Amino acid sequence: MSNVPADLKYTEEHEWVRTEGDVVVVGITDHAQGSLGDVVFLDLPEVGRQLTRGKAFGVVESVKAVSDLYAPVDGEVVAVNSELVNAPEQVNKEPYGAAWMLKVKPKSAADVAGLLDAAGYAALLAKIAK
Amino acid sequence: MTLQRTPLYEKHVAAGAKMVDFGGFEMPLKYSTETAEHLAVRNAVGVFDVSHMGEVFVEGADALLVMQRLVTNDAAKIVDGQAMYAGLLNERGGFVDDVVVYRFHATKFLVCVNAGNQHKDFAWMRGAVAAMALERPGLDCVVRNEGALWSQLAVQGPKAIDVVAQLCGEHVRGIGGYCFAAGRVGGDAQGIIARTGYTGEDGFELYVHNEHATALWDAVVAADAVPCGLACRDTLRLEAGMCLYGNDIDDDTTPLQANLGWIVKLDGRPPFIGHAALVAEKAAGPARLLRGLEMVERGIARHGYDVVDNNGVKVGVVTSGTQAPFVNKAIAFALLDRAHSAPGGTVAVSIRGKPVKATVVKLPFHKRSK
Repeated sequence: MSNVPADLKYTEEHEWVRTEGDVVVVGITDHAQGSLGDVVFLDLPEVGRQLTRGKAFGVVESVKAVSDLYAPVDGEVVAVNSELVNAPEQVNKEPYGAAWMLKVKPKSAADVAGLLDAAGYAALLAKIAK
Repeated sequence: MTLQRTPLYEKHVAAGAKMVDFGGFEMPLKYSTETAEHLAVRNAVGVFDVSHMGEVFVEGADALLVMQRLVTNDAAKIVDGQAMYAGLLNERGGFVDDVVVYRFHATKFLVCVNAGNQHKDFAWMRGAVAAMALERPGLDCVVRNEGALWSQLAVQGPKAIDVVAQLCGEHVRGIGGYCFAAGRVGGDAQGIIARTGYTGEDGFELYVHNEHATALWDAVVAADAVPCGLACRDTLRLEAGMCLYGNDIDDDTTPLQANLGWIVKLDGRPPFIGHAALVAEKAAGPARLLRGLEMVERGIARHGYDVVDNNGVKVGVVTSGTQAPFVNKAIAFALLDRAHSAPGGTVAVSIRGKPVKATVVKLPFHKRSK
């Protein structure tokens, strides 16, 4: 069973969101990295890019698969983890730590509140496993 | 259609393998990580369940004559106990399948075919033999599909020889590359010990009847071979420059286009099906050629992506591509228009609408040290 930290919010597309002051940190979940397999490539947006909730903001590729990354909220990209682009294997090793991808300034706090909580995401994973 | 399972299915599930559909079979994709499994084969030894592959036997007094009609390579030029890579072609010279032919005698051959093609191949082979029998009444040859009876383990890597010697006896050290012996395969199982593979490393493919498969698997794993799945089988064969049917070659691709002229013997033998098409293509020069690509800019080329020139004009298509674990580069195979196929040239792969630069290279990307 994959790790679902209690203090994070989640999307149905397997991104996680951590609130830090007035920005949110975004990455992909342990379940997502496990399904992808060894991650070998990342395409992340530039700082300043406007994201639209539910729209693709980047791409993650494993040895076998290409997968879009989806914006959890509307907002502006204020930081990008450029080190991760050069060490994409961190996504497999530390999906909730070193492998954060973006910091985003959300347009509305309500967007963040509306995401799945850990229990909701764990229930989603249980449903997928069936 | 329900997926078929090999006799090792329970072993794979118990070992925690992630299972996928491949060629109509439910097969292990990986047990741990594809990178770790890939490196185990390059550096030590891994074992693959390849029981999904098909086994077709061609037997009878006229078996050699039939093989010469069926395959591109010359079955008269190999000796008993030797194997060869070959194509089965349609009349246009395109691949029906790519196969390994094992010669027991001039009167008995085994053709190892791709899982997803086995029913098509068997029907095609039977049809070709029936057509030959009309030309030559009394033709003595039987084609038997024994795919459902045989299991196959591929033991691959620089230490494969030690594992196989431990199981089958020291005599296997004397089996040359692309040669094989019939005999005891661990325990009391009789089978085929072939020094063949699909990884670019030294290694063996062990054929046994299904009832011996689990005991053989356990013995190979107990001898420290790492269980390996299809994910790393794909990246290993890519580094080794080997084609995958359905990705790099299909019924529209000829061996001359696919860099496989060496498995085509046009002269000094009776013609095979597709012979005339290849003679004509050789004279004119193939319109497109399979080449390696090494990505220069960041990006991974995948099957179906367009290859373009400096002006954005399409000059080919990617047939396979990945980030290769051992050579540690983003690599691909592409079918390129002949004018753009010279090694050293620069092209671009269209990745999500953006041209990403790549260099055209000769295959393979990895050659093992002898």
